Amino acid sequence: MDYFIELFLSGLTRSSIYALIALGYTMVYGIIGLINFAHGEIYMIGAFTALIVSTVLAIYGFPFFAIVALTVLAAIIWSSAYGYTVEKIAYKPLRNAPRLSPLISAIGMSIFLQNYVLLAQTSDFLPFPALIPEFQFMEPYAHIIGSSDLVILLTTITVMVLLTLLIKYTKTGQAMRATSQDKKMAMLVGINVDKIIGITFIIGSALAAIGGVLIASHIGQINFYIGFIAGIKAFTAAVLGGIGSIPGAFLGSLILGLTESFATGYVSSDYEDVFAFSLLVLILIFRPAGLLGKSSIEKV
Amino acid sequence: MNRIKPVYLFLSIIFALTTLSNSAFGTETVKIGVAGAHSGNLASYGLPTVNAVKMVVDKLNAKGGINGKQIELFIEDDVCKPEVATNTATKLISQGVNMIIGHICSGATKAALPIYRDAKAIVISPSATNPDLTQSGDYPNFFRTIASDDAQARTEVDFAIDVLQVKKIAVIHDKGDYGKGLAEFAQKFIKESDKAEIVLFEGITPDAVDYSAVIQKIKRFKADAVIFGGYHPEASKLVTQMRKKRMKTLFISDDGVKDDTFIKVAGKYAEGVYATGPADVSGNPITQAAREEHKKVYNESPGAFFENAYAAALALTNAIEQANSTDYDAVGNTLRTHDVATTFGTIHFDAKGDATGIGFSMYQVQDGKYVQVQ
Repeated sequence: MDYFIELFLSGLTRSSIYALIALGYTMVYGIIGLINFAHGEIYMIGAFTALIVSTVLAIYGFPFFAIVALTVLAAIIWSSAYGYTVEKIAYKPLRNAPRLSPLISAIGMSIFLQNYVLLAQTSDFLPFPALIPEFQFMEPYAHIIGSSDLVILLTTITVMVLLTLLIKYTKTGQAMRATSQDKKMAMLVGINVDKIIGITFIIGSALAAIGGVLIASHIGQINFYIGFIAGIKAFTAAVLGGIGSIPGAFLGSLILGLTESFATGYVSSDYEDVFAFSLLVLILIFRPAGLLGKSSIEKV
Repeated sequence: MNRIKPVYLFLSIIFALTTLSNSAFGTETVKIGVAGAHSGNLASYGLPTVNAVKMVVDKLNAKGGINGKQIELFIEDDVCKPEVATNTATKLISQGVNMIIGHICSGATKAALPIYRDAKAIVISPSATNPDLTQSGDYPNFFRTIASDDAQARTEVDFAIDVLQVKKIAVIHDKGDYGKGLAEFAQKFIKESDKAEIVLFEGITPDAVDYSAVIQKIKRFKADAVIFGGYHPEASKLVTQMRKKRMKTLFISDDGVKDDTFIKVAGKYAEGVYATGPADVSGNPITQAAREEHKKVYNESPGAFFENAYAAALALTNAIEQANSTDYDAVGNTLRTHDVATTFGTIHFDAKGDATGIGFSMYQVQDGKYVQVQ
C-alpha cells in the first residue's frame, strides 16, 4: 500500500509538470484552433531567463526570497513577451490562411527559438539553482515526497482554480469564450479579438514560464532542448484530455502521469511510453475528440 | 559558446579555401581526419580529442612532418549522432582522407565504420567502447585506444562485489547503444559471480522530466547499489532525486558520467558517486608533458579522453612513419605489429583492434572532484 501511495505521488508530480505546459497548448488551440508548437520553447526560455536572473541577483547578494520572487516575475514577463511576439510575427499574419500554414509557421518558430538559445547561450547542460528550498516541516516525509514535488503540485492546483475563475467569471474570460466560439460574431458584438488572442498567448506563456522555473529547479539542470521533450508529452496530455478544454488538459495530464508512474512501478520503465501511448490510442478510438473535448466536424 | 558573425565565417572560409588549395598545389601532405562530437550535448567528450590531435600534429609538423611530408588535418563534427556520422564519413572519404582519428560515441562510430571499411580507411577511436566494434570481427579497419565496455562493466561489478561488498544490485540503463550494452555486461558478470543478486534491470527514458517512479522501485527492492549505464544528464537527475528522497543507495556508473559536468550539475548530491574511467596515467612522462603543454596552449586542464586521443594520434602517426606510406594494409599491419610509446605506456594493437595495456580504474567524487580509489 505504501508503494502504491509513493507511485501515486510520483505520478502526481509528473502530472502537474505536464499540466502546467499542457494548459498553454490547450488555451491557444481552444481560441484559434492552432497547435502552438513553439510553446515548449517558451517554457525553455522561461527556465533560461530564471537561470540568468537568479544568478545575477545572487551575485548582488539579494536575500533568498527576493531572488525567488524576482526570478519568477522576470521569467513570466520575459516569456510572455516572447509568446506575444511569436503570435504577432508568426501567427497573426496567417489568421485567414489555410490551417496548415500557421502550423508550419509554429514548427518553424519552435526550431528557430531552439537554435537561437543554442547559439546565444550554450549547448551544454547547465546547473540550475534550487529555487525551491527544502522545507524543514517536510523532513519527516522527505523519503516519500520532496518539497519541490509539493510546491509543483500546489502551484498546479492554484493555477487550475484561478484559471477556471478567470474564464468563468471575468469580462476577459467571457470575451475569450466568445472568441473561441465564433470570431466574427465576437467582433460584431464589439470584442477586440486580436487583443483577446494576445491575452491568451500571454497567459499561456506565463504558465509555461512558471512551469519552466519550477521544473528546472526540480530536476536541477537545463539545456536548449528541454522544451521539445516536455512539450511533446504535454501536448499528448492535452490531446488525451480533449484539446481546447482546460479541465481536459488537467485530466489528460493526470491520466498520462499516473499511467507512466504505475507502468514503471508495477511493470517496467522500459514500457512506460508503450503504456502511455497505447492508452492514448485507446481513448482516441472511443472518444476521438479526447476525454472532455467537444467533437465538431471540421476540414483539416 | 561564441557567436560567430557571418562575415568572419565567410572570410575564414575564403581563407581556409586558399590555404587548402595552396597546400594541395604545393607539396604532398599526409591527410588525417578527426571526427567526433564537436558541438551539441556531448561536445565536451569530443573537443579534447581535437586539441590532442592538433598538439601531436603541430609538434610533428614543426619537426618537418612524417618522412618529410606535412600533416594536414580534416576536422569534422558528427554531433554524436549516427545519422550525421555517416555524412561525416562520406565527406572525409571524398576529401581523400583514409586515416581517421574518431569517432567519439559508439553509436556514431558503428554507423560510420562500414563506410570507412569499404573505402579502405583506418579508424582509431579514442573513446568508442562498444565491445562489438572489435569483437565482432566485422571491422578489420578499426582500432581503439580505450578498453571496451565489457572491461568497464567488469571493473564496475568487481568493485561493487569485492570492495563495496554489496549484495543487492539494481542495474539501470538509458536504452542507448552505450548504456544498455554496458548494463547487459554488468548483468552477465553479476550473474556469473554468484555473489550478488540483481533485484532490478530496467531502462529509463532519456530526457524525461522526472524519474521518481523508478527510484521508488529501487527503494522497494532494497537495492544496496545502483549500477547505471548511460551519460551524465540522466545520472545527475537520478542521483539528485535519490538523495532528495534520503536514499543512501550507492551509485556506480561509467565513463559517460565521469565528467566534470556531472559534478557541476549534481552539485552536493554528486558526493560519493563512483564512476569508472580510463586508468590514471599521470605518472607517465609522455602524459605529463602532454598535459603541461595543453595547459600552456589552452590555459586549462585537458578534458575527457584527452590521453586516449593523444595515444591514438601518436600510434597512428608512428604507424604511418614506420610504414612510410598511408597505404591501408601497410599501416594496419604496422599498428598490429609495432609497439609504440604513448600516454598509456608502451602499447600495440591485437588482431581485433583493441589496445593491449589500456584498462579502467574506479573513481569517486570527493569534495567536488573525481579521485581515483582503485
